[in-house]
Amino acid sequence: MKVKLIAGILLLITVVVVSCQSDEQVEFSRYYSGGSSIYQQHCQNCHGEKGEGLQSLIPPLTDSIYLKNNKTLLACFLKNGLKGKIIINKREFDDEMKPDELAPIEIAKVLTYVTNSFGNKMGVINLQMVEGDMAKCR
Amino acid sequence: MMRKLTLIGIMAFALLSSCTSKSNRLPILGSKNPVTKTVDGKQVTDTTYATIPDFKFVNQYGDTITAKNLDGKIYVADFFFTTCPSICPLMHRNMLNVYKEFKDDNNFRILSHTIDPKYDTVPVLKRYADKMGIAGNSWWLLHGNKGDTYGIAKSYLQSVQERNPAGQYIHDGFFILIDKQKRIRGTYEGTDPKEVDKLIADIKTLKAEPEQVAAK
Repeated sequence: MKVKLIAGILLLITVVVVSCQSDEQVEFSRYYSGGSSIYQQHCQNCHGEKGEGLQSLIPPLTDSIYLKNNKTLLACFLKNGLKGKIIINKREFDDEMKPDELAPIEIAKVLTYVTNSFGNKMGVINLQMVEGDMAKCR
Repeated sequence: MMRKLTLIGIMAFALLSSCTSKSNRLPILGSKNPVTKTVDGKQVTDTTYATIPDFKFVNQYGDTITAKNLDGKIYVADFFFTTCPSICPLMHRNMLNVYKEFKDDNNFRILSHTIDPKYDTVPVLKRYADKMGIAGNSWWLLHGNKGDTYGIAKSYLQSVQERNPAGQYIHDGFFILIDKQKRIRGTYEGTDPKEVDKLIADIKTLKAEPEQVAAK
């Protein structure tokens, strides 16, 4: 009897907590947690567990200002790769990043993860945003 | 009396140090061959271990490097290529820790063989070294023809393959520890930071082995 009561109360609390989360928060959590495992599989070997990069070969993912300024280009970087000189954390990088075969939804998830990890806080980058950005890839 | 005490002291020290060196010895890997020789009319059986054969490669400075350049040195070898999109950045992120730990030891080297000699020419290797922050002579990036590199990989018990249809090279990510007698003393998964910590500890153990201390 007591067990049932406790279980009931717990269920009630869970329902209240979940319903308290806004749709945006639910969407964010879904993208972020999915992005975490995509990052481990596709990005971490080069960019590092903490987004630290590798010396002057591979840029870190910790330059929040660069990410903000290039927010709408990030999806294209992943789709088509990135070549040429870039300045990250005031340091120059000019090696090539090869494109990876990621679906738009995976790009959205991993971008949400990266832009909200390693000291970055940019909110969700969802599928609609990625599809819009990718239509304008150069 | 004093002399006797000193003698006992030396004996005790010798006993102790022989015990510790035994328990702290690294294994010798690779194939073993019993060799029977006749010494002073008696049959003596000795075990010889596989050693890394002589080689000739060129480092990032354009200097020719042979096995002779490694006489009296303990070294770690691995295989990579500069455009490797998969495990190499991770391996060399970990190898940097080995480099930092031993870069001031002139009796220690790191040898990274490129398995893509067509793209990874000497200037490309130098550029890679500069970007990695590798200076001096403690970490050599070695260029050689494909046959030589793939051949030496076998001596290190490593598997490397030609570019597959997807345009990627398949290669093992191991770091191989070689002693001053050019024998294999350990292999470590270069992508695993814990294994690389063990490699660093094992290098220290190996350096302290009496046989290594004595070898020139």
